[in-house]
Amino acid sequence: MSTVITSDDSFTSAAGRQLLIFAALAISGITLLMLGLSWASSRTGAASGSNNAVDPVTNTLTVFLREEPPQLDSSKATDTVSGSVLGHVVEGLLRYDEHNQIAPGVAESWDIRADGATFRLRENARWSDGRPVTADDFVFAWQTALDPANASEYAFILYPVKNGEAINAGELPLEELGAVAVDDRTLEVTFERPLAYFDKLVTFSTYYPIRRDFYQSVKGAFGADANRILYNGPFVISRWVHGASLKMDRNPYYWNPDRAKLQTIDFAYITSDANASLNLFKDDKIAYTTLLAENLDDAMQQRWHIHRFMDGGVFYIEFNHRPGRLTGNHHLRKAMQLATESAELVYKVTKLPGYLPGESLFPVWLKGVHGFFREEYPANYPHMDLEQARRHLEKAKQELGLKVIPPLVLLSGDNPVSNIQAEYYQQIFRKHLGLDLKIDKQIFKQRLAKMLSGDFDLVLAGWGPDYDDPLTFGDLFASWNLNNRGRYDNPELDRWVRVAQDEQDVQKRMDAFGEIQRILIEDAVILPGYERGVTYVTNPQMKGMVRRAVGPDPDFSNAWIVD
Amino acid sequence: MWRYTLKRLVQGVITVWFIATATFFAMHNVPGDPLLNDKNVTEEIRANLEAKYGLDKPIMQQYRIYIWNMIRGDFGISFTQKNRSVNDIIYSHFPVSAILGILAVVFAGLGGVLWGALTALYRNKLPDVIIMFLVILGISVPNFVVAAISQLTLVNVNNLLGVSLLPIAGWGGIEHMLVPAMVLGLGTMAYLTRLMRSSMLEIVSSDFIRTAKAKGLPPTRIFTSHQLRNAILPVITVLGPSIAAITTGGFVVESVFAIPGLGRYFVQAVQQSDYTVIMGTTVFYGAFLVFMVIVVDLLYGWIDPRVRLE
Repeated sequence: MSTVITSDDSFTSAAGRQLLIFAALAISGITLLMLGLSWASSRTGAASGSNNAVDPVTNTLTVFLREEPPQLDSSKATDTVSGSVLGHVVEGLLRYDEHNQIAPGVAESWDIRADGATFRLRENARWSDGRPVTADDFVFAWQTALDPANASEYAFILYPVKNGEAINAGELPLEELGAVAVDDRTLEVTFERPLAYFDKLVTFSTYYPIRRDFYQSVKGAFGADANRILYNGPFVISRWVHGASLKMDRNPYYWNPDRAKLQTIDFAYITSDANASLNLFKDDKIAYTTLLAENLDDAMQQRWHIHRFMDGGVFYIEFNHRPGRLTGNHHLRKAMQLATESAELVYKVTKLPGYLPGESLFPVWLKGVHGFFREEYPANYPHMDLEQARRHLEKAKQELGLKVIPPLVLLSGDNPVSNIQAEYYQQIFRKHLGLDLKIDKQIFKQRLAKMLSGDFDLVLAGWGPDYDDPLTFGDLFASWNLNNRGRYDNPELDRWVRVAQDEQDVQKRMDAFGEIQRILIEDAVILPGYERGVTYVTNPQMKGMVRRAVGPDPDFSNAWIVD
Repeated sequence: MWRYTLKRLVQGVITVWFIATATFFAMHNVPGDPLLNDKNVTEEIRANLEAKYGLDKPIMQQYRIYIWNMIRGDFGISFTQKNRSVNDIIYSHFPVSAILGILAVVFAGLGGVLWGALTALYRNKLPDVIIMFLVILGISVPNFVVAAISQLTLVNVNNLLGVSLLPIAGWGGIEHMLVPAMVLGLGTMAYLTRLMRSSMLEIVSSDFIRTAKAKGLPPTRIFTSHQLRNAILPVITVLGPSIAAITTGGFVVESVFAIPGLGRYFVQAVQQSDYTVIMGTTVFYGAFLVFMVIVVDLLYGWIDPRVRLE
């Protein structure tokens, strides 16, 4: 018996030795394979830099992008990542400076009247191939964006230019556009109707110049690669490896040689994973990163430089006002309005750093006549008042002829923040009003489809600004606005929107926005939830990074490195 | 053999056609479409977009156009990256996924066989207990957790050493591949280890091993050509599908380690209802999977001559 055991043992040890040999072979095989693969991957051209976050010697700043810029054709770009990248490398007639004020760009002087505008282009504005930026480059860019064949999603932002909408609808030829190059350095614009905020519109990327001969030479692939864009901003894209990295170098042809202080901005990583970017920041590989709520304590302990800014987004519950919907009833909405308190949602429920409790559709950072709009026109949003709320609920039941309000559908996105909010509303409406909410969770596009078709009672919605004027929020609930997903229809509100659109006098326009704000609250058109804030940390050696709610964000074009 | 291969290839083409058709109609029947966005476009703009992408045509006509273009190898233009063709996306990002995937599969395969053989040899002894505990962890902990933890560990190691031992994200050289590939292959390696172990144990107690021992064959020979070679068959079987699974399932790892692979396009396309990219990546990966299964079946016959390829 014992002999059998020893023989098994010897078999095991012999086999074990054999296995060890195999293991050694496997390891050397893998090493060889890895060498081969790294050669192969170097052929794909996707090498990441191993720079530190700031490098004073080469004057290089290393940061990251949240995602691959989907679109660097300025006539078609719609998203913030593309907007941020384009803001560094292309310059419009006007731009936002480091204090978020309108500053001259390609235009050295301009004159905006009620019916049109004249822009005088600077003589030394040049493309990255050395040729001058001319008025025709703007005319061509705008025509391109409005050309029905190009199907640009943001063509509507050019509709204020005369005949813009008709051209986009294919009813008029491109040449009929109310933008004319009088000579190389003079651009003459005619408006469709009087317009008070054109200076802010022309900072938008759809208004950026595109040079005709270059656009035509790349044959439909404009903006697809680094060498298929022409630059006139303070930086040029020197290398763009799709999905991996994007590198910018200072543009030697830029008209203001003092503006860019960095030699290179290296967007060396593309990741949407907030933990991954935090790890890169900890490893001193990138110079800034956004903080998640759970990392805030850690960041404070590490004594990092923590900043906060409002990214411009306003989030709220939108009611379905379509005929036949229970939420079309004023008293039912009033009851829900008086049963909620957005401060509770923000400070006790979602607890996201930097978020502000919502009180109005108009966010706190919008400018009014002299100072901030919300300081000049306080929202006076009603606080939670359960007694009043229940009285409204009784009235609603009477008017609707119902003993019990049947469950309402709350359409919601499928992400952690939406989930928490949806559950919060579900709970408080049940507790305070005895109302039942059914949560309908949908992923992005499906939620949009349901919003569009009106398949909801309440929906967690939000809005981000397109341009720096209260109108970008103010016309949202006009009966004709396609983004008025609840189909709210109120002639009084429509009238004030028209005033805000057509009026030239700032005071009268702001009064109109004040009225719109009052109606939205009094009629409980929406239930404001929060204004989104972003908390982020920066490398102490990096100075001059600019964040903004409207315009290229983040903006490193004015940044510099200190030793 | 040739007839068999040809037959399998024809079946494969039919399978791919079926995948393409099913995806096409499923995709068009899901609510939402690629032209919907946070901001609603005006009717003129929507009409322009529909005309540009051919979405204004009847669905059967769209299908015919789609299949015809697919046969010609043209998957169209992406909806989210409006100036990039899907072919270009696959062409520039699949190699990255493939490199990472190959390495992960090799890790998983070799590791699984070695660890499995080791645990079987030392059954119920200390190495077996430790490894099997790790295997349970490897199977049950999802790879986004493993990815995040291993990245954080790298950060801490780098901070501790004061020098960058390994980069924590990015793509380019061996140093970028090592950790992501191990993370990506870990789940499969754990699974293969268990499979190898049970398959080894089954063979150890079989008749032909006893005969081989009785014949007086040297232990290394018995181990290598009788035990390992036979035990490896089930591993090879699952390796085929897992090659495809690893190469396509790199989304999380690619996102955490900022690797420009195809995985994220594959996942984001579905979220964005990006019709052309969904179709392109699904058909491409579908064809890849079908091809891998055929290759494995052919390999099978080569490793075990008892299997007849009829």
